[in-house]
Amino acid sequence: MDNNKNWIDQRFPLTKVWNEHLAEYYTPRNFNFWYFFGSLAMLVLVMQIVTGIFLTMHFKPDAAHAFASVEYIMRDVDWGWLIRYLHSTGASAFFIVIYLHMYRGLLYGSYKTPRELIWILGMVLYIALMAEAFMGYVLPWGQMSYWGAQVIISLFGSVPVFGPDILTFILGDYAVGDPALNRFFSLHVIALPLILVILVFLHIVALHTVGSNNPDGVEIKHNKNKNGIPKDGIPFHPYYSVKDIVGVVVFLMIFLVVVFFAPAMNGYFLENANFVEANPLKTPSHIAPLWYLTPFYSVLRAIPPMFGSQFPGVVGMFAALLILIALPWLDRSSVKSIRYRSWPYKVALGIFVISFIVLGYLGMQPVTPINALLAKVFTVTYFGFFILMPWFTSIGKTKPVPTRVTE
Amino acid sequence: MSEQEIDLKKRHFLTGATSVIGAVGVGFALVPFLSSWMPSARVKAAGAPVDIDISKLDNGQLVRVLWRKKPVWIFKRDKTTIENLSTLDSILTDPDSNELSQQPGYAKNLYRSINPNVAVIVGVCTHLGCSPTYRPELGAADLGGASWKGGFYCPCHGSKFDLAGRVYAGVPAPTNLVIPPYHFVADSLIRIGIDPKA
Repeated sequence: MDNNKNWIDQRFPLTKVWNEHLAEYYTPRNFNFWYFFGSLAMLVLVMQIVTGIFLTMHFKPDAAHAFASVEYIMRDVDWGWLIRYLHSTGASAFFIVIYLHMYRGLLYGSYKTPRELIWILGMVLYIALMAEAFMGYVLPWGQMSYWGAQVIISLFGSVPVFGPDILTFILGDYAVGDPALNRFFSLHVIALPLILVILVFLHIVALHTVGSNNPDGVEIKHNKNKNGIPKDGIPFHPYYSVKDIVGVVVFLMIFLVVVFFAPAMNGYFLENANFVEANPLKTPSHIAPLWYLTPFYSVLRAIPPMFGSQFPGVVGMFAALLILIALPWLDRSSVKSIRYRSWPYKVALGIFVISFIVLGYLGMQPVTPINALLAKVFTVTYFGFFILMPWFTSIGKTKPVPTRVTE
Repeated sequence: MSEQEIDLKKRHFLTGATSVIGAVGVGFALVPFLSSWMPSARVKAAGAPVDIDISKLDNGQLVRVLWRKKPVWIFKRDKTTIENLSTLDSILTDPDSNELSQQPGYAKNLYRSINPNVAVIVGVCTHLGCSPTYRPELGAADLGGASWKGGFYCPCHGSKFDLAGRVYAGVPAPTNLVIPPYHFVADSLIRIGIDPKA
């Protein structure tokens, strides 16, 4: 055994990598519930790739056959329904896990120095994941696939001057059709998954360079014992690898209940209109993107057209997404964790979370005057969180941060 | 090697020259890949004109045909509908169709059509590309009650258009619906996609 290990180690740094990233990678000993979601996100990514490989074996990326091939997977392929529902439920589960993972970052200031790059890589991952999910939703070629694609792609058509040409370029046609479906398939199964895997790798390399934050926002590397090991650190393996397995079991229990008993989640994970084949002549009476895109969709709808163009709304929508990247520089607080922050931050974070959830809810609802007004109000509070952040993070009294992590 | 002096100037020149030539090469290499995303010859050939016979169409009735993969509405307007069109100016964004890209010159009139009785409109919302719903009934309660003189309502984002495809003020859609090029081949035969002969 040792001989084999030596043989490999002389040719590939197996033991070195194992130690640096698992057995001798020291993580704070005070991780809590919120720290499950990073490893769960990786689990879901692997699950999506595996189920995706098997779905690709039966799916036909052709506007004339795509819808029927998905029905074929559901009815005629042995266990095809399970593989497809794992994949479709996995998409929503991915975003639930990612949103909780990002919220953890907000709670404990995990984006602050020296972890800005981890946050930025994570945001790029999040945006790539949105593109991946959107293109995946187009593939079954149902009514929502078609009209969702129509609306999202039209966003690019609103760019001044070049809009119509960009639209034609993206679609490879003058409307959403077979060329768009075919190229989205290519991007969904090859280009974006590759990008996602590379970004996850970079995200983790960056994390392991600076080390994990923790619920106290204390840098454990500032307190090392005489062997150079952080006093508040424990090796990732076996301590957190075992803890994460428990998280995986609980996650899979909940996840599989959804897969088996409510895979469409009452229209939230798979929208009802998507069980009807795409019809370019008729828009369904109510269309909305899937829940994980709706907060940004609400921002889009809340901003009225200006100068005879809907471009400001599109800019607003992308700004709502991209402004998150600036978080490490907007936050002026000297304290990382919510535990020691001043009250204005706690209030602002609460308002932000409410804004995000309400915008998400409104994005699924039809436009009514009251909904339109609410969307405008919460769009303002959403942006207010970021624009006012330099101010409210620098006022109020913070609690003293301990030098060591607490229990 | 140690005896020789390193010629940094030559190294910089070679790095610079190969980078520049390489960048140009990458630029050229991108052309075929990016061009492959533009509409193919088959797609371009599929944009042929469409004929539609309207002899059996009643007033108020609407038919949809696909032209260049877009829905085109054809419907007949009765006398009241035509008269109502001139009463809406105050609530429309562009009642006189001054946005020239939205219709051919021969449809720049109150009815936005060649023949006031027959409307031909591309059924794609100018906001984000949904196909609005036909709501011809007068005074629909959910669309503003008595002020609603019939028109189109986009279910996606709530844009409203009148029965000439003109956009209401204060809705997400910025411009009137598009009128396609079309002409009457015979009294009740419309060819969509080709302008009338001058």
